[in-house]
Parts: sequence; C-alpha cells; structure tokens
Amino acid sequence: MNYSMIRFILAWVLKVEGVLMLLPCIISLIYRDPEGKVYLLLALAAMLVGGLISARRPKNMELYPKDGFVAVGLSWVLLSAYGALPFVFTGEIPSYVDAFFEIVSGFTTTGSSILSDVEALSHTTLLWRSFSHWVGGMGVLVFILMMIPSQNGSHMNLMKAESPGPEVSKFVPKVRNTARILYRLYLIMTVVQIVLLLAAGMYWFDALCISFGTAGTGGFGILNSSCGSYTPAQQWIITVFMIAFGVNFSFYYLLKIRRPKDAFKMEEVRYYIIIILLAIGVIAWNISGSGMYHGVEETVRASAFQVGSIITTTGFSTTDFDMWPTLSKTILVGLMVIGACAGSTGGGIKVSRFVICLKSVKQAIYAIAHPRAVRKIRMDGHPVPENIMRSLYGYMVAYFAIFAFSVLAVSVDNFSFETNFTAVAATLNNIGPGLAQVGPTQNFGGFSIFSKLVLSFDMLAGRLELFPLLMIFYPKTWKNC
Amino acid sequence: MQIVIIGCGKVGKTLVAQLVAENHNITVIDTNPEVVEDITELYDVLGIVGNGTSNQILQSADIEHTDVLIAVTDRDEVNLLCCVIAKQKSACHTIARVRNPIYSAERHFLRHELQLSLTINPEQEAAREIARLLQFPNAVEIDSFAQDRIDMLRFRIMKNSPLEGKALRDLSPILGGNILVCMAGTENGSVVIPDGNYVVKVGDTLTIIAMPGEAEKFFNRIGITTNRAKNTIIIGGGGISYYLTEFLLKMGTEVKIIEQNKARCEELNELFPSAVIDCGDGSSQELLNAEHLETMDSLVACTGIDEVNAILSLYARKKVRKKVVTKLNHVEFDDVIDSLDLDSVVNPRKLTAQKILQYIRAMNNSMGSNVETLYRLMNGKVEALAFIIQKASPVTGVRLADLRTKQNTLIAGIIRGGRLIIPGGQDTIEVGDSVIVVTTNLGFVDISDILD
Repeated sequence: MNYSMIRFILAWVLKVEGVLMLLPCIISLIYRDPEGKVYLLLALAAMLVGGLISARRPKNMELYPKDGFVAVGLSWVLLSAYGALPFVFTGEIPSYVDAFFEIVSGFTTTGSSILSDVEALSHTTLLWRSFSHWVGGMGVLVFILMMIPSQNGSHMNLMKAESPGPEVSKFVPKVRNTARILYRLYLIMTVVQIVLLLAAGMYWFDALCISFGTAGTGGFGILNSSCGSYTPAQQWIITVFMIAFGVNFSFYYLLKIRRPKDAFKMEEVRYYIIIILLAIGVIAWNISGSGMYHGVEETVRASAFQVGSIITTTGFSTTDFDMWPTLSKTILVGLMVIGACAGSTGGGIKVSRFVICLKSVKQAIYAIAHPRAVRKIRMDGHPVPENIMRSLYGYMVAYFAIFAFSVLAVSVDNFSFETNFTAVAATLNNIGPGLAQVGPTQNFGGFSIFSKLVLSFDMLAGRLELFPLLMIFYPKTWKNC
Repeated sequence: MQIVIIGCGKVGKTLVAQLVAENHNITVIDTNPEVVEDITELYDVLGIVGNGTSNQILQSADIEHTDVLIAVTDRDEVNLLCCVIAKQKSACHTIARVRNPIYSAERHFLRHELQLSLTINPEQEAAREIARLLQFPNAVEIDSFAQDRIDMLRFRIMKNSPLEGKALRDLSPILGGNILVCMAGTENGSVVIPDGNYVVKVGDTLTIIAMPGEAEKFFNRIGITTNRAKNTIIIGGGGISYYLTEFLLKMGTEVKIIEQNKARCEELNELFPSAVIDCGDGSSQELLNAEHLETMDSLVACTGIDEVNAILSLYARKKVRKKVVTKLNHVEFDDVIDSLDLDSVVNPRKLTAQKILQYIRAMNNSMGSNVETLYRLMNGKVEALAFIIQKASPVTGVRLADLRTKQNTLIAGIIRGGRLIIPGGQDTIEVGDSVIVVTTNLGFVDISDILD
C-alpha cells in the first residue's frame, strides 16, 4: 500500500476542511456569534497542520484500487472526527459521541439529529451543520481531485470509491476536469435554488441552509418543524429541487452538451421518475381519507414533499408522516431502501442497482423456462458487464448483512422493532428521520452511546457504499501482501 | 488538445503515455473491454469500448470537438475508414497507420483523396532508420532537426579512442568549430550535460550535434572509419526487410536476405532480382557460420521474435565488421535492453509513436507553443528540443554569455538560414532562428523556459 500517498490525501482533507470552516466564521461575523472564534481557531489549526503535512508531495503518486478505498474510508472518518470538534468546544453539543453522530449525519447527508431543540443552536453552528451536507453531497475527495494534478489513471480510484453507483465513469478524459464539471453543475443548481427561495420570500439564512441541505440531499432543518412552517410555494420549490438533486448528474451533463435525446434515454432516470409519480399518486389517495389535509393541493403537496424527501434520502419533512396510514408508511420505508439515482448526491441502494436486481429476477425465471437460452441483462441498451454484476451482488449481500446486524445491535436499547428497523434504514440509507421513536418530530438522542456509534458507522457505510468502510475494518488490508 | 486514439496496441499505449505526459485530453477507443480497462487504470484518459469505425462510437468520443484522430489498430482498412468517417462530422486532423505496401505506395494519393493529415508506416519508418544507421555505422542513434539538415549522433567511446581520458575543453582541435558535445551518458546509466571539465571515459556514449557532412569528417579525425556498410545480411524477410532492401539497393549496398518461408523467398526474389535470397533458418548457428559473417559489414536482425533478434545480434556483434542492428517490438524493459551490448536497436512501434508525436507537437505550435521538434533521449531523462523563435523575447538579442540559463541546460545549436552555428558566448539568438536546446529539465514549452 502507498502509505505516503494516503498520508498526503488525508492532509489535504484536513486542509480543505479548514478552508471550509471559514464559511461559518463569516456567518458568525454577521450574527456576532461568540462561537465564531472556536471555528476560526479550528480552521487555522487544520490549515496549518494539513498544509505542513501535505507540503511535500510523495514521489509515487500512484494509488492502487485498495489504496483508493482505504484513503476514502479514512478521509471520511477524519473529516467527521475533526468536524465534530466545534460542536464540543462551543459547548453546544457537550458529548463528543453526540457531536460525532451529528457531524457524521451532516457529512454523509443523512440529517438524523440527536438534538431535540435545533432552534437553540447558534447561527454559526446551524450553518456548519447544513454546509456539511453540501460538502458531503458531492464528496470532499472529488473536490480535492480538482486540485491535485494527475497523469496516471489511478486517481480515478478515489472517485470510484467516493461516488455512489455501481459504475462510475468520467464525462471527459481527465479526472480533474470531470470533477470540475460535477462541482460546477452542483454549484449552479444550488445557486438557482437559493435565488428561487429568496424570490419566494424566504429569509436569506434559511434559504442558504435549506438549499445546502437539499443539494446534498441531507435534511438538517434549522427549525424544529423542519420545513413545515414554510409557505406552499417554498415547499414546492424544495420538492422540485430535492427530486432534481436525486437525478444522476450525467443527465445534466448530457443536457449541458446538448444531447437531450441521450439524456432522456437514461433508463435509470426514467424508472426514478416513474417510481416517484406512482408513489405520490398512491400516497395522496391513501392520505386524502385521513382528514389531516384540506383540499387537493395540500394533500398532493404533502405527499409529493415527503416522497421526494424520502426517495432522494434528503429527510426534510413538512408533516408528521408517522401519523399516516400504514400503506403510506410502508411505501415510504420501501422508498428509503430504493434511494436515489446512481451518480447523484442521494443515498440508498440506488435505482439502477434496484432495476438490475429486478431484471436478474426476471432473468432467473426466464432461465427456468428456457434452460439453454443465452441472454444478458441489459441497462440503457448495453449488456451489463460480468464484473459489475458480481460486485452488485456482493453489494446487495453486504447491504442486507449490515442492515440485519445493525438492527440486532441497536435492539439492545429495547425500543420497539419499528423504531430500530427504521432507525437503521434511515441511517444506512442516509435519509434522516425514520418512524415511531425516530419519526420526523422525534430525534436520535435517546439511543445509547453504543447504538449511536453503530448508527454512525451505518451512515458512513451507506454514504460510501459499504466497501471503503469495510476495507478499513478488514485486517488483511493492513498487511503487506 | 482533444485527441482520440483508436486502437490500444503497443503503439496506442506508447502514444497515450507520451500524450498524457504532455497534458492533452485523450479518449481511447478499442473493441476489447479488457484493454480499455487496463489503459484507463494506468492513465488519466477516457476509455470507450467499441468499434472506431462506428459513427455512434465516434460521437460518444465527442468527435466534433476533437483536434486530432489517430487510428492505430492492426488493420489498415479499419484505420483508413475511421479517418474517413471521422472527417464527415469533424474538422479534426486525421492520422492513420497504414502498413500494406500497396497502400503505402499510394499514400500521397490516399492522403489527398481521403484528406488524411498523415499516414504512417511503421515498417517503412523502421527500414529508413536502419538504412540511416548503416550509412553511419559509428552512431548508436541518430536524430535529426531542421528538416534533416542537422543531425544529432550518439556514439560509444571504445578503448584506444583518441578522446579517451581527455577533458572536453582540450578537444577543440579534434572537434573543430562545427561540432558540439551536448550530452554524455556514463556506463551506469546516468546522464550529464557536460561542461568543459568533463573527462571522457571508455564506455561513455557521447552525443554530438553537427551538420551531416561535418560529422563524417569528425569521425575520420578520431580514427573511426565512417565508411558506410557496403554489404548487409538481413535475417528475416518480413515487411521491414522489404522496405530496407528497397532503400539499400538504391544506395548501392549489397543485400543478402535469409528467410525461412519458401514462398516468401520466391516473392522477394521476384521483387528484388539483384538481392541474394537464401532460404533457411537464420537463427541456426551452422547456417550463419556458413554465411561467413566476418566478411560482412553489417547484420540486421529483424525476425518476428524479439528474443531471437537479440541473441542473433549478440552473436553477430563479435563477427560482423561494422554494424549490427536489432529490431525489437517490445517497448518495455528499456533498462535491460540498454545493458545488453546490442549496438543499435530499432523499435518500429516507438518510431511510429515518435513520428506521430512530432506531428502533434508541430500542430501545437500553431496553438501557442513553439517547439518545432522534440526528442526524448536516454530513456526519457533528457529532452532535445528545437524552438522556432517567432518574436522578440528576453532571450533574443542578448549575448549568450549574459543569459542566465537553468542548470543542466545547454543551447546546443542555432540554425540560421539553414546553417548550423555552434554557439559561443558572443553569439545571440535572433528572431527567425531555430534554436536547439538540450536539457534534463523536462517539459519546456517556450524558449524563455531556459532562463533561470
């Protein structure tokens, strides 16, 4: 393993985190929050230490696939471990484990909180929480890739390990330029959302934080009611952007280079839209009888907002969907597991994996009827390569194994099964709220320290698609052979 | 520049390695998914699996915005077709590798009719290189600048050479005013840009820069007969042998070819009545002994198998009078090959890649950089570049003695009006000159980069 390169990357992560911490510092100046000093000191410390360690470039810049995974896994642990410090030092979340849970939830764009009263936090900390969503959404290593020049293809391993989806591909020949295109699209869409929310009359600080949360498909609200107290127009804007950020970014790139035909041919995006429309329809019909909402618009809005929020794994809410009928709740849990598109900022299993899995079920049935038939599973008209299928099955098994063990581990706290199950589903899929004890009006504060660590692991594993994190805990990774 | 390369064989790979190092944006297309995967793992390029003749595949490689398309698959027809199809949708320059002698003979016609920018025939390039080496048996390697008017020759210092043990500053009577030693490689593989204090040792390879006629005189002065090889024995009767025989017969060299395949022998005999064609296994020692190698001036080993070529050359090195040339196809293991006493090595794939690279660099000129020619020498440790001075800069009009240049950087020659000036402290660089720079600081793109 190329340890000096991993050290170099970790130092860069620290350096970049320091720079990112300057944004809350600016906010603290505007609101005259005393917490700003803590952020400034930590930012300077990170830049200094990271800068010193990364000053000398390693001779061998090559990253083997294993190194890429390990570097990404460690980077995210470091990012979270350091990012939790301001919460502790400002005294706003005194327990380190709680602070760690909170920032992991931020960077992994989960949005689960251990706080019962969000409004008590300073503006500076609120912004850092929401901003962590924005950074984590597209990925911090993709960000760093924009800055490290590379000649060999091995740096693609970093992007492969950090970006969600079964198959990660470049748009243009250079990793660096691909990363730039991604961040440019991401930034433009975020700015458009901020402008629209401002135009719809939202206060600027809310617009900023909510847009960060939407873009990263995170879900930290800055009000105790999440998005419930915003106007219908604002809620609609958030709904549309949540769904937009759950779309594969290749779609936008194809639109940008004026190949809309190819963009709309993307099978995954089509299924994604179909699933969303179906879910909105069924839930709207199902909750219209419950008497919770008045009029068609409010019913559809509640349904659309929740569906958009859950399938993209954002986790905002405008209503307490824990009160919904069982059919609607079950659909939501299903959407939690499916998740957004590959190559988006969302979490979950991903629509493309889900579609391929369903196709392989169909394939299995077909194979029983026609034992000699040769037929490949296709996606976007191309056969899915054998190695992708293999890693996909591996992923699915690992996913459900982690799911099951996490539910088992969390059960120690003796909450209801619904609570434990949805708590794991909400964290492993990077959603945020679950049902019952961890429902939209509740929080994760009641869990024991052990459960919080398990759930933090789930969040990181979910965001990095399991393997980078599993690699760190796999003993043979650290042996030279 | 945006470059599309179709075909990821050895040439394709060599091109990718070089072009990535020169910071171009590269897309590779190959029908074999494994090859594409390998190359995208190794280099920061975009890989597309598919047939380069398909318009759809070319579209997905963004052919409209491509500057150069290079087709180097193993089939001539595919290469030509790729270029033609690409041309329909794009204004890109197209480069095709074309090996078949039939197409090669008509390359001017093809180039014109199919609007190709460059066709390249690796076997012919290799043959030309070998022919050049046989004309200058003392040089290990020859590179040329300024449309072949200036040569850079690398040669090895043998025992009892008059240069042995002398410092370069004391050599001026031998060198004369028209020759400059611009690079010295020691036996253990290190390279220096020598100054006057450098002492020449046995086993060094010195590189000199000179006009072709001057080099010959110089070799005469240091007691090496520069008489070109008068006869040659070629082992293997493939494509290279065909082109080489054509060149050599034109130059008046006697040629003998040993080829195993009877039908091929007959074919060669029809083509070249004046050459001696022997049918037999050129790698058998008895046969070689029977050919009386010690009466031959030179031997060219170009069978299809690298290992056989290498062994043949090592054997012939002791017998043949002037020159042994080995054809190798593998592009890797440079260090190992250098450590063998093979005399000159010719690698058709490297030559092809180099020729294409030169073309692309020339294209880059019009896009800002003014590097006219660039050679990577001594396993890529040294670059020799020719710059065209298009406009006045801090470098022009200043006496060279007053220029503060970077360490290990030498202004090796100034070409003015087609004549080589070996620069001294009083000379200046003027607009319109071509300047040859030799340096171990890689990656210069402008003449002003030589300044410290």
